[in-house]
Amino acid sequence: MAIVYQKSAGLTDKQLHYCPGCHHGIIHKLVAESLVELGLLDDAIGVCPVGCSVFAYNYFNCDMQEAAHGRAPAVATGIKRTHPNQPIFTYQGDGDLASIGTAEIVHAAMRGEKFTTIFVNNAIYGMTGGQMAPTTLIGQKATTCPLGRTKEQAGMPIRMAEMLATLDGCVYAERVCVADMANLNKAKKAIKKAFQLQMENKGFTFVEVLSTCPTNWGMTPLKAVEWLKENMAAYYPLGVVKDIETEAK
Amino acid sequence: MAKELWKGNEAIAEAAIRAGCDCFFGYPITPQSEVPEYMSLHMPEHGKVFVQSESEVAAINMVYGAAGSGMRAMTSSSSPGISLKQEGITYLAGAELPAVIVNCMRGGPGLGTIQPGQGDYYQATRGGGNGDYRTVVLAPSNIQEAVDFTQEAFDIADQYRNPVMVVCDGLIGQMMEPIEWRELPKRNLAPKDWATTGKHGRDHTNVVNSLFIDPNECDVHNDHLAAKYAEMEKNEVRWDEHNCEDAEVIITAYGTPARIALTAIEQLREEGVKAGLFRPITLWPFPEKALHDLAAKPQVKAFVDVEMSSTGQMIDDVRLAVEGQKPISYLGHAGGVMPTVEEMVEAAKKALKEVK
Repeated sequence: MAIVYQKSAGLTDKQLHYCPGCHHGIIHKLVAESLVELGLLDDAIGVCPVGCSVFAYNYFNCDMQEAAHGRAPAVATGIKRTHPNQPIFTYQGDGDLASIGTAEIVHAAMRGEKFTTIFVNNAIYGMTGGQMAPTTLIGQKATTCPLGRTKEQAGMPIRMAEMLATLDGCVYAERVCVADMANLNKAKKAIKKAFQLQMENKGFTFVEVLSTCPTNWGMTPLKAVEWLKENMAAYYPLGVVKDIETEAK
Repeated sequence: MAKELWKGNEAIAEAAIRAGCDCFFGYPITPQSEVPEYMSLHMPEHGKVFVQSESEVAAINMVYGAAGSGMRAMTSSSSPGISLKQEGITYLAGAELPAVIVNCMRGGPGLGTIQPGQGDYYQATRGGGNGDYRTVVLAPSNIQEAVDFTQEAFDIADQYRNPVMVVCDGLIGQMMEPIEWRELPKRNLAPKDWATTGKHGRDHTNVVNSLFIDPNECDVHNDHLAAKYAEMEKNEVRWDEHNCEDAEVIITAYGTPARIALTAIEQLREEGVKAGLFRPITLWPFPEKALHDLAAKPQVKAFVDVEMSSTGQMIDDVRLAVEGQKPISYLGHAGGVMPTVEEMVEAAKKALKEVK
C-alpha cells in the first residue's frame, strides 16, 4: 500500500499537550518537515521558550535546550557561535519574544546572529491563563484587560517582524499563518527559506506565524480561525516584510 | 619558571584561556571590565569565541547555550551585574551545566561604589537565584591564587556539571602582582555525552532542561542535586591557617582583608599577642569542621571576623562553625574603605581583653 501521509521524522512519538484547535502542533510539524526535507535534522539544535511551547523539547526529534523566559536568542547565540556550521533555531511565543525577551531578540537580530527564529504570535499569554500580551489587539479581552485592551492604558500592539526588519543584521522576515491550506503552504515555504538563508550564512532569519488560542480567546477552534483571519491578519499583515535576496535583484 | 607581573583581571582572563575556555560572553562593568577587554583581543587569536552581550542577563544565557552544547564557557562581572546573572546561574545549576563565573566584587547595595567590597558573600554562598542550589565559590587572596583558581574552576565545573564562581574583591582585580604560570593537575573528567551537539546518528535526543513539571520528578531531581552538593562539601572544601598552632585570638577573613590580617598578626606577635589567621578559600563549601575544631582548642580564646562589609556576612558561617564555643566580634567596612592593620590589632586585643 502506498504511504500518502505520515508523521514527520522530525517529530518524536510523544503525545502533544496542546489544546484542541491550537496551531502549535501544525507549526511544529512544518518546522520538523522543513528540517527533514533540507537534510538538517541530524545536525540541528533547537531552543524552546517559556510559554505554551515550553515542552517543545519533547516533540522535536533533534537536540534541544530549554531557555529561561525570553532568553532563547541569547542561548541560541551561545550555541551558534560555538557551532557555526550547524542549523540552530529558537521557537518562541509572543510573551516570550515580544515582551520579556525583547532585548535578546533585538540584539541577536542586530548582531546578525545566524540562527532562525520561529515566532508564534497568538496575541495572548496562553500557558499562564490568558493574560494580555504586547501583541493583544485593541479591544481584545484578556484576564489582565477584562474590558478589552485600550491604547491609553497599554499602547498599541507591537509588530515584531516589521521592527526587526529595520535592523541590517536581519536578512529575512516574513509573517505567515496556518489558518488554511494555502497559507500553511506559504508558511512552510517561509520556514524552509529561513533555514536555507541561515545555512548560507546570510544573517538572522525570522518567521512570524499568527496562531490561534481557542481556549484563552474563548472560541471554538473554527471561530478562532475566522477571528485570526479577520482581526489578527488585519493588524499584522501577512507576507514578506524583508528579504535581502529579492532586494538585491 | 620566571615570574611575570600581571594585573588581576587580565591574569584571570589569560588563566581562563590557558584552561581551555572555548567562549567568553561579557558586558562592561567596573571594576571587572579588563576581563572582557582582554578576552575581546585574545580569544580570537586562539580561534575562540568572544561576544559582548547586550546585558549581563544575555551574557549568562549565552554561557548557558554554549555550556549546554558542550563548550567550556565563562562570563565575568561585578556585583550589580552578578545580581542580573542570578537567573542564569540558577538555570545552569538546575540544568546541570558547567560554567565559570567571576565576580570582581564592589561595594553595594544598589549601585553602591566601584571600589572593592565583599558584600556579595550571601548571594554567592546561598545560591543567589531561586530554588535549592549551591555553587562552589573560590575566593583568591592574591593574583597567583586568582590565576590558579580560575584554571581549576573549569575542571571543578566539568566534574560536577555545576557552575563555579571565582569571587575576588575589586582590589585583586585591579592590582598588579608577580605570578607564575604553573601546570596544574588535571582532573579525570567524563566525556560530555549529555551535551546538545546535534544528534549525528545518536538514537536519542539530548535535552538541556531544568523543568520538571511533575512534582515527584522535581523532588527526585532536587535529591540528585543535593547529593551532588554533598559530594562537593566532602571533596572541595579548602582553607588556610596561619600561626593558628598556639594562637589565642584568631582573625577570620578572606580575600584582601586576609592579606591585611597577615601584617596585623605580625604586629600583634611582636607585641606578644598570640594571634592567628583562619582563611576560608572556598566560601562554599565553608570549612566548617576545621573552624569548629580550631574553636574547640583550649588555648583559643576569641575570634575576630573581618570583612569588607558593613553588616558582616561570612560571620554567620563563622558563628555556625564555632557553635558558641568562643566569643566572636566583628570588624568591617563596606565599599572601598579597607579594614586597617591598626583596627585589626586593636580589635584582636579588645577581644582577648574581654575574655581574660
